[in-house]
Amino acid sequence: MNNAYEFSVKDLGLYYGDFEALKHINMDIEKNTITALIGPSGCGKSTFLKTLNRMNDLVENIKVTGDIFLGEQNIYTDIDVITLRQKVGMVFQQPNPFPKSIYDNVAYGPRMQGITKKSVLDEIVEHSLRQAAIWDEVKGKLGKNALSMSGGQQQRLCIARTLATQPEVILMDEPTSALDPISTLKIEELALQLKEKYTIVIVTHNMQQASRISDKTAFFLLGELIEYNETSNLFTRPLQKKTEEYITGRFG
Amino acid sequence: MMDNIVNKNALKRAKATNSFMTIFFYIIAGIFLFLLLTIFIYILYAGFHNFSLPLLAFNHSGIGNQLFNTIYLVVLALLFSTPVGMLAGIYMAEYAKPGKLLTILRMCIETLSSLPSIVVGLFGYLVFIVMTGMQWNLLAGALAVSILNLPLIASTTEDALRTLPIGYKQGSYGLGATKWQTIWHILLPAAIPQIMTGVILAAGRTLGEAAALMFTAGMSTDISWKSTDITSPTNPWNPIRSGETLALYIWGARTEALNMNAEQMANLSAAILLLLILVFNLSARLISKYLVNYSQGK
Repeated sequence: MNNAYEFSVKDLGLYYGDFEALKHINMDIEKNTITALIGPSGCGKSTFLKTLNRMNDLVENIKVTGDIFLGEQNIYTDIDVITLRQKVGMVFQQPNPFPKSIYDNVAYGPRMQGITKKSVLDEIVEHSLRQAAIWDEVKGKLGKNALSMSGGQQQRLCIARTLATQPEVILMDEPTSALDPISTLKIEELALQLKEKYTIVIVTHNMQQASRISDKTAFFLLGELIEYNETSNLFTRPLQKKTEEYITGRFG
Repeated sequence: MMDNIVNKNALKRAKATNSFMTIFFYIIAGIFLFLLLTIFIYILYAGFHNFSLPLLAFNHSGIGNQLFNTIYLVVLALLFSTPVGMLAGIYMAEYAKPGKLLTILRMCIETLSSLPSIVVGLFGYLVFIVMTGMQWNLLAGALAVSILNLPLIASTTEDALRTLPIGYKQGSYGLGATKWQTIWHILLPAAIPQIMTGVILAAGRTLGEAAALMFTAGMSTDISWKSTDITSPTNPWNPIRSGETLALYIWGARTEALNMNAEQMANLSAAILLLLILVFNLSARLISKYLVNYSQGK
């Protein structure tokens, strides 16, 4: 096993009932990179993302075959799902802060891990909000309800909330599709800063976004991984005909 | 060209039907409103037109004790039905697997909610009075009424949890929280406004309950407000004492009472009961509106 990789995915298959949503996926994701997953709707990219922190477990009638390794640990057998999700955080398509104060949103993860000391929590909250580049906007009003913030702020709060559990990986499921262009840009800049310390896997519909921020890009089609390469190569010299057709906009 | 296709008479007829139906529904609504207001005003008038303060006294000549019993019984009943009902609701929304068991459980709860209250009263009499060998008492009444409240609180809780945005649950699981942590720290607090409404409506229903209490809480009340010993059968706070509620008092006063002003007392009780229920329902609305605004950061 090569532990230079954050994730090693070996012959992964996934079924919703009888429907084969992912077919024989093999993929290594490197540490401290941004990996973009692209492809048309229903191609399996989001499903693939959700297997990385086992969010798919919540779906009924699902069957997973093959193996996924986080470092050297098999995420289905060597590590419990709670620990996995603390290490592999997730940011969703719709900003989904809890109906609580900004402070309580960020402190939630650490509190659920058993941290109760106020001074420690204060420090985690401030550090996480700073990392998510939203501290300056909210520092005077941590007691305010998170739902009163704008959509872009809510999404950065959700990123801060994820950072507070001290993950290794951040999964982002179309994190900017519900946001305006300026908020989108802020999230992208943030992702570029965060890859210094974290590994980021991002699902996006937006190919410009993939080419702007990602190091590697994976193109999915009908549950198969068609092409996985350096982003610059994939968008300029795609090896597969289907990739070329997709990135030139002939379908999707 | 269009003139040939559109049948002018059909259009006219559609418009006429539309106006007719609009007026029709306004009339229906008007009739209901008129009926409700008439009853409401009649009860209030009959209750209060000869009002004097001694009628509310906390002794045998007033209905103060019955008023106290009514509210105390509601509180006792909610102490049982709220936690049990909420747990049942949480189970159905979050733990039960969809299937036969859940369907049967739901059917039982629906049946329970449409059970005639006299049946619940007789059941309560059998279980809480005869089988325990106790006299009529408030606790037995509260338990009997809880049976009637449970379905409402359970189904409100289930609905409240089910209608929460899926993002709350995903967000919490995504941060590595366990199922119970998610329910306790995220889902329940977010669902509380709606659950509160169910609880207060259940309380409102309890206020007017009579049949379920007749053979459980009893039809007499003998309270000494000077009593300091909670185990004494005349201590107002002792739940193991018989306690007639306002609704039962009305029933008693109009069927078997011998005193001269029984009719007036019954009317006053009815008026007060009506106001009490009104206050409960209005506060349910206000509280849940406030909580909803609060939890959405307004």
